[in-house]
Amino acid sequence: MNRLFQHKSIHAPSPIGMALSYLVLGIWTVIVLLPLYWLVVTSLKIPIQVHEGPFYIPFVDFQPSLHAWDYVLLGDLSRDTLRTYINTVIVAPISALLALLLGTAAAYALVRFDYRPRLGAIVSFIGCVVLMIVAVILGVPWQIAVVAGLAVFIIILITIGRRFKRALGNDDIAFWMISQRMLPPIAVVIPIYVLFQRLNLLDTQLALIITYVAINLPIVIWLMRDYFRTIPIELEECAAIDGASRYRTFWSIVLPLAVPGLVATFLFVLVFTWNEYLLALFLSGAKAQTLPYVISSQNATRGPQWWYMSVLILIMIIPVIAMAIALERYIARGLLVGAIKG
Amino acid sequence: MQVERDPRPLSQLEPNSESSLLLPGRLHGLNSQAERLAGSMFLWPAVLALLFLSIFPLIVSLYVSLTRFRIAIGGYDLTFIGLENYHKLLFGREQTHFLGLFAPSTLIHWLIFGLVVVALLVYLGRYLQEGAVSFGGLLGRLLMVAGLGACAWMLIHTLGPDGRPGTLTVTLVYVFVGIFFQYLLGLGLAMLVVQRLPGRRFFRVVFLLPMMITPVGVAYMFRMVTDTGRGPFAPLWQAAGLAAFSWVNDPWGARAAILIADIWQWTPFMFIVLVAALESQSQDPIEAAIVDGANSWQLFRYITWPAILPVSMTLILIRLIEAFKILDLPNVMTNGGPGTATESLTLQAFINWRSLDLGVSAAVAYMLLFAVTFFSLVFVNLIRQRAVEKF
Repeated sequence: MNRLFQHKSIHAPSPIGMALSYLVLGIWTVIVLLPLYWLVVTSLKIPIQVHEGPFYIPFVDFQPSLHAWDYVLLGDLSRDTLRTYINTVIVAPISALLALLLGTAAAYALVRFDYRPRLGAIVSFIGCVVLMIVAVILGVPWQIAVVAGLAVFIIILITIGRRFKRALGNDDIAFWMISQRMLPPIAVVIPIYVLFQRLNLLDTQLALIITYVAINLPIVIWLMRDYFRTIPIELEECAAIDGASRYRTFWSIVLPLAVPGLVATFLFVLVFTWNEYLLALFLSGAKAQTLPYVISSQNATRGPQWWYMSVLILIMIIPVIAMAIALERYIARGLLVGAIKG
Repeated sequence: MQVERDPRPLSQLEPNSESSLLLPGRLHGLNSQAERLAGSMFLWPAVLALLFLSIFPLIVSLYVSLTRFRIAIGGYDLTFIGLENYHKLLFGREQTHFLGLFAPSTLIHWLIFGLVVVALLVYLGRYLQEGAVSFGGLLGRLLMVAGLGACAWMLIHTLGPDGRPGTLTVTLVYVFVGIFFQYLLGLGLAMLVVQRLPGRRFFRVVFLLPMMITPVGVAYMFRMVTDTGRGPFAPLWQAAGLAAFSWVNDPWGARAAILIADIWQWTPFMFIVLVAALESQSQDPIEAAIVDGANSWQLFRYITWPAILPVSMTLILIRLIEAFKILDLPNVMTNGGPGTATESLTLQAFINWRSLDLGVSAAVAYMLLFAVTFFSLVFVNLIRQRAVEKF
């Protein structure tokens, strides 16, 4: 354990090496910050200053104005901004937390339990889902189709399913979960849209939360699975011998040990959900829209409103950056994972 | 090689809890009931969530890709047309859009293709020589060789002077060129930042910034920054005599702009994970090597590189999966233009979706899924295993 958290460098650099390192790091810092600086400057310009060519430094080569900030935060757009900001603030952390909760439990289970899902059961399950969908397409009400499909599945399971003994293992489960990430969102967006429409959840925060939890679960499971493997099993065995239940072992022994990994994973997932655009575009209308939508809607009939966009992008990244700075020390530690496991 | 391992629901999970931790018999009454269920309680919620939003949409999408979608009176109308959408993409009128315009084969094309074929045959031959040939293994390798050969044929003929790359080629260019630079830059920066330099925490936070911005925002930002007339580099463009040059109208210029934005945004991901990997390295072998007089190249090549190789492979695999789905950057920066020069597969699906051609859209999405699965499996089987075994 101790080895994991030691802070070491490869070797102490020589003065020339140090100067060169700072040079390269400085160049990349400029590359990273220059577009961001341009955003800040653009947010302070009035339209004509943007259109008349590059002006670099406020007060030196142009007179800054807070008109865009005023418009976005206090003026006409402020209601949209506030509404979408609240949506984002609700949806992103909740879905990140839920994904973390479900994913962490599943990741722990995949490391510490053995599962043998039977191939026969899986195949019959897929068959029943296909039948259900065909039935719905042919005009059977979906409630009846679901119930009938489940009934058929259970019957098959009890009768024929038992004969096929071939089973899969934990790694297959993990691969299946990861493979869910390979699916482009565009491929699933139509069915998900229909699904939420049927459930009357379209344009609600709940729909977005459910979707984000599902699409981010694989990442959580993957990162946390690697992390749990680095935690020695002896501690859990001690707890078991002392009579702690598995839930209690997980809650009071495993989770506290995994805090760095949890924090790093949370931050990753939060960034993904905070910034997600495509699914939000399809699944939300006026009520549940999130911030990226407002940014892209500034490219309206009058052409891109660069100044408003800049303000919106800036107010959108500020909370994430604040979080990243606060949690920075955990990030590197929390990702130690793969390095040990290989 | 197992193509298509998903979707696979996990019914009938049987936790075998005795084997790993707890001794049965220690637990009594209600408690033991809960204990026996623990395995299911931990895993099932995640499985259900995934099932809810993956199996069902996947199957419906597959069905939609086999139909023609039309708006009809009082709703819409799906007509089953079999594989026609796929046929259209691969051989029909969408072929030049999807696969690209193939240049007529010349001697050079054949030479390059010959080299690729020889390399693939050598790979197959080696496998056969090793002796441990199984039917599944051979079939998998044959499929892999055939797929890579076809892919090479397409790349050679569409990237040349007379050809025109289709969306598949363009996506492959984004994925592989992007990942190559992201990895190199990420590794280089990570190596520099783990040194004992004052102020390295500052660099760490700053280098993470690009990843924090929403991709749509990054795309608009790069449209501002790369503007040759009003962006910050306008004087440079003028000085270079390129003031009238508009990268948007040049196919490779536009692709390069999108690649630069992509590299800018995703280098931090490589960077932060590699920093973590480098810092967790054991110091003993390094100190021993320094005592033995190894220079820094040898240190890197024989000690650091093998240590970070497994993480690097996982990292590249994650990015491979994510990079195939590139959408926002080409959509916002160029809208796929000029022509279809910068259109990625996801953007093609998106554009078809927007024009309500849902069948073709779903078919494109499925082709993308096949491509990602194929390249992930090739990567895992061909490169990752080999790289991890070697050290």
